[in-house]
Amino acid sequence: MREFEHDDDVDFAIVGTGAGGGTLACRLSELGFRVVAFDAGAWWRPLEEFASDESHQKKLFWTDERLCDGETPLVLGTNNSGKAIGGSTVHFAMVSLRFRPEWFKSRSLLGYGADWPLDWREMWHYYTQVEQALKISGPLKYPWGPKRPRYPYREHELNAAAWVLARGAEALGIDWTSTPLATVSAPRGHSPPCVYRGFCVSGCATNAKQSALVTWIPRAVAAGAEIRDLAMVTRIAVGNNDRVTGLEYIREGQRQFQRARHVVVAGYAIETPRLLLLSATSRFPDGLGNSSGLLGKNLMVQSNQAVWGVMPEEIRAYKGPPSLAITEHWNYTDIGKDFFGGYSYMSQGPLPIVWAGALNRRGLWGQALLDEMQHYNHQVGLKIVGETLPQERNRVTLADEKDANGLPIARVTYSFCDNDKRLIRHALDFMGRALDAAGVGDIWEETNDTCHLNGTARMGDDPRCSVVDGDCRSWDIPNLWICDGSVFPTVGGVNPSLTIQAIALRTADRIAALAGRGELDRRPQKKMS
Amino acid sequence: MKARYPGYNVLDKRGTVSWDDVTREVIKQRMAPPSESRFLDPLAWQTLQAVCESVMPQSPEAAQIPVAAMLDERLRTNAGDGYRDMRLPPLRQAWRIGLAALNEESIATFRQPYYSLAAPQRHLLLERMQRGELVHPAWHGLPSDIFFSNRVLKDICAIYYSHPYAWNQIGFGGPANPRGYVRMYFDRRDPWEAAEAKPGHEVRARRGKHRVR
Ligand SMILES: Cc1cc2nc3c(=O)[nH]c(=O)nc-3n(C[C@H](O)[C@H](O)[C@H](O)COP(=O)(O)OP(=O)(O)OC[C@H]3O[C@@H](n4cnc5c(N)ncnc54)[C@H](O)[C@@H]3O)c2cc1C
Ligand code: SF4
Repeated sequence: MREFEHDDDVDFAIVGTGAGGGTLACRLSELGFRVVAFDAGAWWRPLEEFASDESHQKKLFWTDERLCDGETPLVLGTNNSGKAIGGSTVHFAMVSLRFRPEWFKSRSLLGYGADWPLDWREMWHYYTQVEQALKISGPLKYPWGPKRPRYPYREHELNAAAWVLARGAEALGIDWTSTPLATVSAPRGHSPPCVYRGFCVSGCATNAKQSALVTWIPRAVAAGAEIRDLAMVTRIAVGNNDRVTGLEYIREGQRQFQRARHVVVAGYAIETPRLLLLSATSRFPDGLGNSSGLLGKNLMVQSNQAVWGVMPEEIRAYKGPPSLAITEHWNYTDIGKDFFGGYSYMSQGPLPIVWAGALNRRGLWGQALLDEMQHYNHQVGLKIVGETLPQERNRVTLADEKDANGLPIARVTYSFCDNDKRLIRHALDFMGRALDAAGVGDIWEETNDTCHLNGTARMGDDPRCSVVDGDCRSWDIPNLWICDGSVFPTVGGVNPSLTIQAIALRTADRIAALAGRGELDRRPQKKMS
Repeated sequence: MKARYPGYNVLDKRGTVSWDDVTREVIKQRMAPPSESRFLDPLAWQTLQAVCESVMPQSPEAAQIPVAAMLDERLRTNAGDGYRDMRLPPLRQAWRIGLAALNEESIATFRQPYYSLAAPQRHLLLERMQRGELVHPAWHGLPSDIFFSNRVLKDICAIYYSHPYAWNQIGFGGPANPRGYVRMYFDRRDPWEAAEAKPGHEVRARRGKHRVR
């Protein structure tokens, strides 16, 4: 691997190597830029270092303390985001979905949320690129939305839990499909095909999973990028010309400084605003890139409620990737809804600790819990990835409490709004009917789970209402960029990582185009619209 | 209660292609935790043991999962979750306050320390904790229901179900690398998975376990 000196004026210093940062590091270095990407996490070798074990694999997650409040205090940790080269894609569930085109203009076309400064046709082009790069295994024909190219690898076999989703959907007369997944169904390079061991959210020891760790990162290194692991970035430095000059970080206990012509923050929707807030100066007292006052605001989760029940047949949902079947019916249908937004729902495969946690939240413990756990191999469920609306009161701020480096930790404040609750109610009712129609008994609702954080540094067309522009560039500081799920103005009803990666590919192309026009170090004239 | 997966022992697969070296090492350490408290003071330790017995009761004949010792070890290493509800203090402090407060509640209600209560009384106090009804000053403002859901249940049950003995009870396949699984459909079981005792078929289930390889 190429290594840069601290005094080297690298073109891009990137904070975070996950879905956003890893992808961007790869493409920028392939386009000829000099790139160093930092991650606080370790550079794991899955074959030698990943155990088949839920609790040991906590090592993949961001487990530094964060504080949660609001009406719906979030559950983070293993429910939330990673700390590793490859970021959260190392432990993600590989569900790789495109946004519904109208969501990029949900304010204008659907009457809620905010418009993105991006065009869906352009995104469609970048989605195809990501799907090719990750060799997504998916169905021959996708039932919803405009035409898309065939998925590069064939779909995965369904497990019993997925067949339950299919039965329910067919009984209720809606479409379903096998889920497009970022784990290969046939050998690819160093990746053998998925062996259906089911530990995906604890990391894939098979290396079948097409995470950033096994896709973008090796490509980035091959193209001359340096990846600096176990390096916690603590501050972005700003010079007296109001340009960023590099970043401060801690590695092996040493405080160090890397000079850079541009800094990209891609640390996930919590650490990204935290770092920008921590980097406040007297010129930028409210944090970097925060002239709109929106940095940290409009944090969006996705609702993640479920219905569960038991079947007389053995399901053994621990086998295979957890979400092998999906329906996006309620993402693409606008009639019959008493709420804005959409949701998909998928089959599920919780491992024992996660499953016991769900039963705990149902209030079970003692003998009642032991009894219910006896149905583990017969339990089956459906879970949504639901859209929530952006609200300024949902936000990431700095707490008084400090971390091990003496820096204020993130405080994450979250409350569902009435629309979010109506969406959840609709989904629970519908999924309950679907399970019932599929022959599932003893149905109950898990009402309080959430997943996938985005927002907190939204992109837009207007510097007063957004933190970055459509190219992910700060409105205030032209050589500061944000490239991860933080830039989402809305979240839609699908898992976010394919969209984050598509945005990163687009951003790399835009940076190359701006550089070609000499507009990289200076913000160009206001865009004509 | 009859075992649902009679004769199934996930550890029998240790030497097979369902386990890799990393996993063998991780589970070996899991099976050999310290049996004594190394972090909590004696009273808190006794209280914790009593709480664990109520939250995850274990039959005295069965091989025991040392839940309390494993939790004490977690407290000693101060391994947090990566977040906490703002109403809770940090991990160690929450457990110290919670265990001490539970003991005070016990003395106030039953004039006995918590660990010396009979099972029904222990259960009763935990139920009141679950409903948020415990408000003794010893809680220092910590809401007892939040402590119960976010610490007591979450920490104890996660430890219990991290243990191979618990996997045996529920018929979980356990470690599965590199072999993974092949049969994915309803009522299909790979030979190296737990065989379930359908009523009247316990013998067949017991025979099923021999084919771990
Ligand atoms: C259990 C689970 C399952 C999921 N399943 C899916 C799925 O099936 N499909 C899907 O689309 N999405 C899924 N997601 C969500 C998806 O993984 C994330 O949304 C996505 O990876 C976020 O990308 P990101 O670039 O914003 O951040 P990340 O991928 O999280 O990367 C951020 C990186 O930045 C690093 N970092 C942060 N701050 C600093 C700092 N100051 N200094 C140095 N490094 C720093 C972190 O260590 C981390 O590695 C799942 C998430 C979880 C928790
Ligand atoms: S089920 Fe497939 S993708 Fe998931 S961990 Fe196993 S091999 Fe990897």
